[in-house]
Amino acid sequence: MSEELAVEPKPLPKPGDPLHQQYWAFCNEERLCFQKCTGCGLWRHVPRDMCAKCWSTDWEWVESSGKGKLYTWTVVERPMHPAFFPDVPYASIIVELEEGVRMVSMMRDLPMDELKVDLPVEVLFERASDTVVLPYFRPVQK
Amino acid sequence: MSLKDKAAIVGIGETDYVRGAGRTEVDQMVEAARKAIADAGLTRDDIDGLMPPPVLTYTEELAAKLGIQELKWASVVAMGGATSTAMLQNAAMAVASGIAKNVVVVLGWNGYSALRPKPGVPPGRINGPFAFENILQDFYAPFGVTLPVQFYGWLATRHEYVYGDQTEAKAAIAMAFRSNAQLNPKAITRGRPLSLEEYMSSRVISSPFRLYDCCVETDGACALVITSAERAKDMPHRPVYISGVAEGHPYPADDIPSREDMLKVGIHSAAPRAFEMADIKVTDADFIQIYDCFTNIVVMQMEALGLCEPGGVADFVKDGALEVGGKCPINTHGGLHSQAHVWGMNHLIEATKQLRGDAGEAQVKNAEVGIITGWGDLGDGSVAVLRR
Repeated sequence: MSEELAVEPKPLPKPGDPLHQQYWAFCNEERLCFQKCTGCGLWRHVPRDMCAKCWSTDWEWVESSGKGKLYTWTVVERPMHPAFFPDVPYASIIVELEEGVRMVSMMRDLPMDELKVDLPVEVLFERASDTVVLPYFRPVQK
Repeated sequence: MSLKDKAAIVGIGETDYVRGAGRTEVDQMVEAARKAIADAGLTRDDIDGLMPPPVLTYTEELAAKLGIQELKWASVVAMGGATSTAMLQNAAMAVASGIAKNVVVVLGWNGYSALRPKPGVPPGRINGPFAFENILQDFYAPFGVTLPVQFYGWLATRHEYVYGDQTEAKAAIAMAFRSNAQLNPKAITRGRPLSLEEYMSSRVISSPFRLYDCCVETDGACALVITSAERAKDMPHRPVYISGVAEGHPYPADDIPSREDMLKVGIHSAAPRAFEMADIKVTDADFIQIYDCFTNIVVMQMEALGLCEPGGVADFVKDGALEVGGKCPINTHGGLHSQAHVWGMNHLIEATKQLRGDAGEAQVKNAEVGIITGWGDLGDGSVAVLRR
């Protein structure tokens, strides 16, 4: 069934917002970067034009350590999107980075029954197309 | 000024709920709206306010197809599944202020036929972006998250981490809603009760949701007519008053991961405001219709409504508490889980029937006060208190 339906490619970011474009341009260089408010010092993600806390419109892009902890997840067994049929089961995760921001990703290199809250994880880049590199996460390598 | 009891539901209309309607969403919306207007004892010339659903149609089209020529007010609420109940607040404001006299509120879609292409079925139509589309597209979808069952899965996993495994509560909720649906002639699952064994052995869709934690997919439409309390007295049916109503939004509403407290959702702020307006406690309700896209989401809303402490739902639902005849009947029509999925507009239809005394086999004796919730998008919430 999956072969028959997997004609549609996986959805990749199609950023129209310039800030979204910049985030993904960094990923394409295998750098995980977030905005840091120069007004109040708060890190933020998803990208936004203004700090919603202090209303400063000044920020800088700062590279993350790429290390964090698993915050929550869902193990997908029946995706509706046919492009993900060959990947099941996969864990869609939310990671809390050391800098405090949280982001969506997918877990690599971990059996599904070993997912647990606060598991230390680190970023792992994988190229998805000529222009897109996706930041995945795996357990921190000892 | 409070909106308490200033407006009433005076007409209801619904199509059949089916898998494979073989016609467009808007065609079904028109049928539901015509029925609701007739049920209110009105004609289209009496309708001067319109609330179409978001995304699935637009005001101009729906008004044109219904032949509403003197439209004075229209508004669209875009809160996903929280839309239907939140629309009551807007419609009540319109009729209470006198901006419109009679407002038709409409929701319909091909939730079965259009989400996955099927032969011989007209394709679904999307007329505009949904609220958080850019964030979903750029930051969630590349990681296999394109649907509520997946992003609500994050919330449910985190909730179970904090408050413990909810399997017992979820099984009881699923079986109670299915049991209630057996009393409803329009329920898509009528004739198919659900056993604990079937529930426990159902396949995982996206953890922690099993198949029977998920609502059904159906095609269909519902509509309401809302008018002022004064005019409602002279209408054919016993008025059902909008006694309290509120919407609430998590922060930020357009992104789940960045929330300081991921388990704080729109219902947490909407419920106290709706109850205060209606001057009731949650325990005053004779029945509750909860937006039941997924069982864990019902658990979270039961807690947010204050029915029990977080983590306490498994105890609360024991001994058939949620079934018609139980101590706290919830989703007396079977809900999205077992009747049909019409974005919760079917919850409002059922609540109106209950308060009119027209709920048939599922009638809650002497039902005077009902609570209805909506839940949608990334955790938006709405709560209404209706009374006869």
